[in-house]
Amino acid sequence: MAGYKPAAIQTYPVLGEKITQDTLYWNNYKTPVQIKEFGAVSKVDFSPQPPYNYAVTASSRIHIYGRYSQEPIKTFSRFKDTAYCATFRQDGRLLVAGSEDGGVQLFDISGRAPLRQFEGHTKAVHTVDFTADKYHVVSGADDYTVKLWDIPNSKEILTFKEHSDYVRCGCASKLNPDLFVTGSYDHTVKMFDSRTNESVISVEHGQPVESVLLFPSGGLLVSAGGRYVKIWDMLKGGQLLVSLKNHHKTVTCLYLSSSGQRLLSGSLDRKVKVYSTTSYKVVHSFDYAASILSLALAHEDETIVVGMTNGILSVKHRKSEAKKDSLPRRRRPAYRTFIKGKNYMKQRDDILINRPSKKHLELYDRDLKNFRVSKALDRVLEPSCTIKTPEITVSIIKELNRRGVLANALAGRDEKEISRVLNFLIRNLSQPRFAPVLINAAEIIIDIYLPVIGQSPVVDKKFLLLQGLVEKEIDYQRELLETLGMMDMLFATMTRKESTSVLQCTSDGFLENKKMES
Amino acid sequence: MVEEDSVRVVRCGGSELNFRRAVFSADSKYIFCVSGDFVKVHSTATEECVHILQGHRNLVTGIQLNPNNHLQLYSCSFDGTIKLWDYIDGILIKTFIVGHKLHALFTLACAEDSVFVIINKEKPDIFQLVSVKLPKSSSQEIEAKELSFVLDYINQSPKCIAFGNEGEYVAAVRDFYLSVYFFKKKTTSRFTLSSSKNKKHAKNNFTCVACHPKEDCIATGHKDGKIRLWRNFDDDKKYTYTCLHWHHDMVMDLAFSVMGTSLLSGGRESVLVEWRDATEKNKEFLPRLGATIEHISVSPAGDLFCTSHSDNKIIIIHRNLEASAVIQGLVKDSNIFTGLMIDPRTKALVLNGKPGHLQFYSLQHDKQLYNLDIIQQEYINDYGLIQIELTKAAFGCYGNWLATVEQRQEKETELEMQMKLWMYNKKTQGFVLNTKVSMPHEDHITALCFCNAEKLENPTLVTASKDGHFKVWILTDDSDIYKKAVGWTCDFVGSYHKYQATNCCFSEDGSLLAVGFEEIVTIWDSETWELKCTFCQRAGNIRHLCFGRLTCSKYLLGATENGILCCWNLLSCALEWSAKLNVRVMEPDPHSENIAAISQSSVGSDLFVFKPSEPRPLYIQKNISREEVQWGVFVPRDVPESFTSEAYQWLNRSQFYFLTKSQSLLTFSTKSPEEKLTPTSKQLLAEESLPTTPFYFILGKHREQQDEKINEALESELVQLPLTENIPAISELLHTPAHVLPSAAFLCSKFVNSLLLSKETKSCEETPEDVDMEEEKESDDSDVENDFTEKTQDTNDTDLGEDIIHQLSKSEEKELRKFRKVDYSWITVL
Repeated sequence: MAGYKPAAIQTYPVLGEKITQDTLYWNNYKTPVQIKEFGAVSKVDFSPQPPYNYAVTASSRIHIYGRYSQEPIKTFSRFKDTAYCATFRQDGRLLVAGSEDGGVQLFDISGRAPLRQFEGHTKAVHTVDFTADKYHVVSGADDYTVKLWDIPNSKEILTFKEHSDYVRCGCASKLNPDLFVTGSYDHTVKMFDSRTNESVISVEHGQPVESVLLFPSGGLLVSAGGRYVKIWDMLKGGQLLVSLKNHHKTVTCLYLSSSGQRLLSGSLDRKVKVYSTTSYKVVHSFDYAASILSLALAHEDETIVVGMTNGILSVKHRKSEAKKDSLPRRRRPAYRTFIKGKNYMKQRDDILINRPSKKHLELYDRDLKNFRVSKALDRVLEPSCTIKTPEITVSIIKELNRRGVLANALAGRDEKEISRVLNFLIRNLSQPRFAPVLINAAEIIIDIYLPVIGQSPVVDKKFLLLQGLVEKEIDYQRELLETLGMMDMLFATMTRKESTSVLQCTSDGFLENKKMES
Repeated sequence: MVEEDSVRVVRCGGSELNFRRAVFSADSKYIFCVSGDFVKVHSTATEECVHILQGHRNLVTGIQLNPNNHLQLYSCSFDGTIKLWDYIDGILIKTFIVGHKLHALFTLACAEDSVFVIINKEKPDIFQLVSVKLPKSSSQEIEAKELSFVLDYINQSPKCIAFGNEGEYVAAVRDFYLSVYFFKKKTTSRFTLSSSKNKKHAKNNFTCVACHPKEDCIATGHKDGKIRLWRNFDDDKKYTYTCLHWHHDMVMDLAFSVMGTSLLSGGRESVLVEWRDATEKNKEFLPRLGATIEHISVSPAGDLFCTSHSDNKIIIIHRNLEASAVIQGLVKDSNIFTGLMIDPRTKALVLNGKPGHLQFYSLQHDKQLYNLDIIQQEYINDYGLIQIELTKAAFGCYGNWLATVEQRQEKETELEMQMKLWMYNKKTQGFVLNTKVSMPHEDHITALCFCNAEKLENPTLVTASKDGHFKVWILTDDSDIYKKAVGWTCDFVGSYHKYQATNCCFSEDGSLLAVGFEEIVTIWDSETWELKCTFCQRAGNIRHLCFGRLTCSKYLLGATENGILCCWNLLSCALEWSAKLNVRVMEPDPHSENIAAISQSSVGSDLFVFKPSEPRPLYIQKNISREEVQWGVFVPRDVPESFTSEAYQWLNRSQFYFLTKSQSLLTFSTKSPEEKLTPTSKQLLAEESLPTTPFYFILGKHREQQDEKINEALESELVQLPLTENIPAISELLHTPAHVLPSAAFLCSKFVNSLLLSKETKSCEETPEDVDMEEEKESDDSDVENDFTEKTQDTNDTDLGEDIIHQLSKSEEKELRKFRKVDYSWITVL
């Protein structure tokens, strides 16, 4: 017949943030390491090649940090004015940066002096990037122009003068050496093809564009500006796919997680939001101390680096998995013990009889199944259960009450055991979700142990504590009802025109008052 | 097509299977159980009902195998007759008219021509065990008036009588004593339990008795859960007894295994206990059988046990205590809170079943389809325990959603309540829990209804509660990027002053919601949840509320507790008509405008069927039941009937079922009970010896069709030979076991003769025609076209056939029958 049905454990909605795969993933980082820079950190870029160093652009310096180093392993400081947008080449050996004076400088990672200097921009160069063929550099400047440079002979190849305001962000395609995208304060994002002399696609973002990002496939373009993050389908000629408005202030930076499944955006409102790239819903968000200017993730999302306006660089490393393995593991039975007899092939005349599979029951359920009610209660009153999962304890008390054996289970306890029950009551009695069950249990305890009260000072103290708790709770309830009455009065004056709802509110108030009196 | 008899109230299935002990056939292939006026024969292997033995005119009270011929079965009934059946063919062999109300039946192998029955002669409370001599005669109905008295002042229940040691003595228990009557000595010994009156709590009352089949040992069960084993009881002084105690509540029944090595006992704990060697130490348990064990019986072959339970269930258990089959009838154990509902998917009747379950009961097949566990908690059966009750249930959205409410109230202030919403899962073909709402209201929920409008984009549920609110629950999308999910949330809370909400009802198109607040009916717009208007008649609280349907959708009907039935017009917002009628049950027909109302008066209940548009009822039936009618429901018919007379037209599309306070399920029908036999049972009657499994039905039908096709082909050329199945004598010959037949040489010539063509066929020509008709009825709707052509051919054939088909002449048939009647039981002795 039907097997034993385990006791129903009442589940309560978890307050606060919902636990999902994403929250688990993105919370699995160590506490951040804070590094102070000389000025606002405008750009962080990871080298695509091991050992995955990263370049941090702040004020007039570019620092190169190793993955776990707190001090810069290298510094480029030969800038006359503020440096911008230090970016690694795909092979991780060259670094390019713009500067406030309009120069674009190319560095070798191992060297100190610039290898090349590209002169031509008249105003500050805020964005530079290598093209996919590694031999060209794209730069955008405040003089409204976008220029393409040749590295070997440090010549300017092309100039695009299509933007009508500062060009502040850009990004080269990772697949096509001729394609790159720039975003400008004229609210447009333009895609240029170096084989032609003009932009091929132009999309209207609606706000000054602060950051652009091309998906690895090149099919989708992400632009950030104002409070919006917009996704454009480039294969459809720049059609708007989604417009996301999840930040309170201007979005300053975008980054794609290494798997390409999640998009991160940082903003001046001090938050980093994580979006799913399939549904474009926010799945997680981080808080930081100051407005965020730059953001980067290391290879395999091992590290999150965020640069802020107050010059603080926050570095978070993923918790290592190896730690768990270091614990001494009990030797498990070998694989063959589990499959023993399972892989037997049925012969011709055999009749196969399956052993009925045993259902796993919790220990308290096993006790309940055998009607060992006191033992079941003891089990759920153990500290490990009462602190971590008080709902199980309450559910078992409720189940015992349903079976009509709660008094039996609570009776006949010594000082230590009864104080354990009382401790649980004191801790949880005032919680509204547990109150109906626990008040009943408390009444039964008082009924049972009333004759022996005064014999143990420890238990007496607990009873007094419980009494104080109940009195305090009654006071709270009274105050709450008073507040409710006042609010009802206010609502009643506000919504006079609808007669029914007025009546409803006042009637509620009356009821409440009556309850209070009783 | 349909002859229009007067409409009668008919009991329709769902009768108790657990009224008496079930009986196994000698080969353990079949199990017999009483079921109202019938005896049901079930297969122990497949649980299917093979035959229904009908013939008694009142409750069947006892069944026993004929000890002299194990292919026959005796049954006795309150109608004062003992009937002898051939259960393999389902044929009534003989009827013995005793003339008294018979309460139980016992047979003994040593008393060949007599059986024992319990009757009450003079006073209503005094019962006697008497032996009835069954006279030998060839006629069908025999008077058996020769009664000889055995024991007086006994308990009427057959559990309190047991025959022991091959009929040497009979033991009977009542109250505090055990009496044993020895047939040889013709003396009665009486043993009284002395402690019975001294102690305050000693509940020593005897409840049941069983005798060891081989030894002189009697086992008695007691109210306090003890089992006593009595020995040496042939001596009044030296008798001894030993106690076995495991049960904590009354021992309901006891049974010894065939060899007497183990004793089985059961009771309220719903645990079957097997005591090996009659010792306290050696016991085995089969726990969680679901409900109180009422009866235990053991198959004569010894390989099977069976337990009958208070929830109208018989469990067949293997010798090694493994339940192998469950025969489940309509559960009538609990109070019906949910009322009668119809599952839109299976058209099954749905109501409270086992504790904490909803049962789905097929009215067509008189069998429970399945149980849905709503409460999902271990059921502890103990006296005085307050259980969680399933109080309300409703189907919505064509059976896609099911809402249930369960509650438990121990004290006035402590109410535990949960509302559960179940979604139908097409893959698993069952309901899956979707949303659980604890404490949906502060107080009891009085009504629950789904909005069943057709164009509905968002399922909506309304609950009305005594706390003065009604709540609207809607299905919302709860899915995120990880999973797709839907859940129910509260959308609106409405109230009207501080009256208790007592009823709620959606209009047919779902645009309006009517909520009854005590005396007042409020109408709400379901789009905006605005109060549209109110109706009040000041005639007591509203008891029932329903909207008219189809052409009468502008009417709203309300029945009040002071016995007024009101009909309001929603367009003019005025009372259309009202009538003085104390309505207990009001149910709208889902397929027509009709509404059935059952009123209660001191004499009995009356049925009124009316349309809301006119105050004059379409149909009135007085005195449908003496008891109070609790619930009613319209069940849509699979095939519409075509009554032409105006009074019966309301029965065309749907059938009305109702449940009385004593929980008998009744309906209205114009057909006689014989016609109500379901097609499957007819088919089973036609094919006896083959095992009937669902698999057989599929293949059997297929084969039949093939046969027909072959026949068709042959028909054009050949003169059709008589089908052997159509001649009863031949089929009888073929189906009689070979060992009871005379030698083949003796039969051969007669058999061959019977196959010859002869002229005079007039006497038997009805039979084959009837068989044809039935076959046509059985075939599926999908084959309608085929059937039609076949039918025309068939009629042609029968025209021809009447001349050509050869039947057995009467004399030949008689001769064959005679062979069967001759008693060959001596063969079995060899």
